[in-house]
Amino acid sequence: MLNAVRRELPEYIEGYGQVKTFQGANVEQDKPVRRQVVIDKDSVDGNKVLSSLQEAMARCGLTDGMTISFHHHLRNGDHVLNMVLEEAARLGFKNLKIAASSIFPVHAPLVRHMENGVVTGLCTNYISGPVAEAVTHGLLHTPLVMHTHGGRARAIEAGDLSVDVAFLAAPSCDACGNINGVNGPAACGFLGYAIADAHYARRVVAITDNLVEYPNCPVEISQEYVDYVVPVASLGDVQGIISGTTMITRDPVGLRIAQFAAEVIAASGLLKENFSFQTGAGGISLAVAAYVREMMKKQKITGSFASGGITGYLVEMLEEGLFRAVFDVQCFDLLAVESQRRNRRHQGISASFYANPHNKGAVVNNLDVMILGATEIDKDFNVNVTTDSNGVLIGGSGGHSDTAAGAKLSIVVTKLTKVRLPIIRDAVTTITTPGETVDAVVTERGIAVNPRRGDLRQRLEQAGLLVMTIDELQEIAQAMTGKPDSLPPGRDIVAVVEYRDGTVIDVVYKV
Amino acid sequence: MEGCRRSMLFMPGNNPGMLQSAGVFSADSIIFDLEDGVSLQEKDSARLLLRNALQTFDYGGTEVVVRVNNLTGSPYGLADVEVIAPAGVAAIMLPKATEKEIILLDKMLAEIETKTERTTGSTKIFPLIETAYGLMHLKRIISSSIRIAGVLLGAEDLTADLGIKRTRDGEEIFMARCQVAIACRAAGIDAIDTPFADVQDQEGLIKDTQKAKALGLTGKAAINPRQIGLIHEVFAPSPEEVLYAREVITAMQEAEKEGKGVFSLHNKMIDAPIISRAQAVLAKARQYGWKEGENHA
Repeated sequence: MLNAVRRELPEYIEGYGQVKTFQGANVEQDKPVRRQVVIDKDSVDGNKVLSSLQEAMARCGLTDGMTISFHHHLRNGDHVLNMVLEEAARLGFKNLKIAASSIFPVHAPLVRHMENGVVTGLCTNYISGPVAEAVTHGLLHTPLVMHTHGGRARAIEAGDLSVDVAFLAAPSCDACGNINGVNGPAACGFLGYAIADAHYARRVVAITDNLVEYPNCPVEISQEYVDYVVPVASLGDVQGIISGTTMITRDPVGLRIAQFAAEVIAASGLLKENFSFQTGAGGISLAVAAYVREMMKKQKITGSFASGGITGYLVEMLEEGLFRAVFDVQCFDLLAVESQRRNRRHQGISASFYANPHNKGAVVNNLDVMILGATEIDKDFNVNVTTDSNGVLIGGSGGHSDTAAGAKLSIVVTKLTKVRLPIIRDAVTTITTPGETVDAVVTERGIAVNPRRGDLRQRLEQAGLLVMTIDELQEIAQAMTGKPDSLPPGRDIVAVVEYRDGTVIDVVYKV
Repeated sequence: MEGCRRSMLFMPGNNPGMLQSAGVFSADSIIFDLEDGVSLQEKDSARLLLRNALQTFDYGGTEVVVRVNNLTGSPYGLADVEVIAPAGVAAIMLPKATEKEIILLDKMLAEIETKTERTTGSTKIFPLIETAYGLMHLKRIISSSIRIAGVLLGAEDLTADLGIKRTRDGEEIFMARCQVAIACRAAGIDAIDTPFADVQDQEGLIKDTQKAKALGLTGKAAINPRQIGLIHEVFAPSPEEVLYAREVITAMQEAEKEGKGVFSLHNKMIDAPIISRAQAVLAKARQYGWKEGENHA
């Protein structure tokens, strides 16, 4: 059966289940629910501190086939997922399902656990490195499930994703399980992606390398949700939390694209008092922030908020008074962690608050402008950030689909060609974000506006910007690169890409 | 027309990514460099890479110039011209140019144009004036070929040749700038100023460009795409200039209607040089996309 972005999907996928097809970005499903949580607990007054992970697993009643979850605030410096799985493997557990908000190259040992049958299921919002390659090659027993950041919180709250035990890296924690992410040697900022896990998992284990006297303030995840506390020597390498690129690009082409994107923002009419803005941490995205910063200063604009993964650059904008607040679902560098520690206007938010489509109002819906990246874009403006052009998993939505759907203006910034390949395709390898939520594509050679946004196109043309159709952009790219062959049709499904509402927007095939 | 080349952007001739993207920065001209920007062991590969790029990519409205190596002082210059000119470029930039070399280059280009069935004289020449000799013989250098479309002042090599220090303020090249401006204006060709070396120093770039403009230079070389926008801003006519030019032209048209030969505006007599300056300002304003009646002030 075909879904709303014309992808052919089976009705049932072995190891995943019945497929709910994607119907469109804003199609109401059944009334959303929050699931009931059974309070499964030991005596509440006792000391929650346990001596080992083994003891925690035993006390939580961990058995084969259960789902255990992890947050990714320590990013590529995280040792907690590896530590827990090492212990689970040693104890002979099999058939575990991992619900990790992201998987990074540091999680390479997971490949071995997949081979040995310790782990047979995996769901995540973003995946890169050896685990991503192994999944693409069909090493995981059941298909990987890809969520969006908001979709994962929704799935946990709704009970679509049921977590048996959440193992939460806790940079600072007391004996009763009050947790924060802003103190301790592995301080990584507010633990926004762990909140749904803490609230909805059957059992919650805090793993900490910084056990402090009671009470551990500020409290981000409170003791009412936490079953056990396990002290360990180290949660990981704090330098590893630094996300991809946190420096503004110096590449002239990237700067050119960023300048065009800033001109699009200016021409859109959205850059005014109470402006709100989000950008990823890529070099081009940050350069857009730099141009926006200059424009806001020049026009003396006080913005409402900046959101998302927060870098030191956005912290500087906050401190200059360009925004009244930042909404931080995750710190992308240590300057952001430091800011969150001391500045009350640097507000930590949960993944649900950030992006859950089914709650009573997510921050992404308040966004004026979102700057997005892309690996490929098709002529319907569908975006792929999940796989590369060979079909290998290299990422995933994270907040891509959520912010595209929520923001008034979502702009994809990308070079028109990358490593000899044109970015604009007849069909993208994998659809991550539906084109109906993408308003404009900005490249170094021109700007394409989604035909749904005739109003925007008119504004950009009036401002004298280099507007063209997406077909024209594709022609320019192909004049340089030629037309790439399309991948042979896939057979075995290795990953199911869920849209933020839990419907299936695409699948990834074995390579 | 004066001011067609407000900016000429230097790009290394051996960087494939930049060869592909050079046309996207809105520079009026790009100068692909085979000389100082390319190390000795890469001279031949850069030459071939650049030739292939010129045959492959469309640089749109951006003029393509190639700076070759010196024709007589280096073993690479002649081969550069032989390989690059047939691929089609608007102009060849000649470093440390002398009259002899320009005559030689002119002859080579004529032969290549005949062989490749191009219009004779269609490939222009930009002498780079960067020695005391070049400065002293400016007039003769400019007159040695009808292909010469403009002159680029190279202050780094010039100050080295003069044994003087190159400074941010650039007082040391005051006279060289004046000489280049006057010689080029006299010959009706472009006078392009030396690039500003510190790409981080935006304020310095603006001041340096303003200085060059004030002395009569018509454009400026750039060594980083980020410099292009600022250079264009400086060379753009100011809103006051445009407003005044419009008043002059309106007053002139009224005077013509009334049959007056001489007229005044704001109590000042307006004569032919003022009118031709006003016409030049308006022509430039149109080039910058100003529309009739539009007010940028």
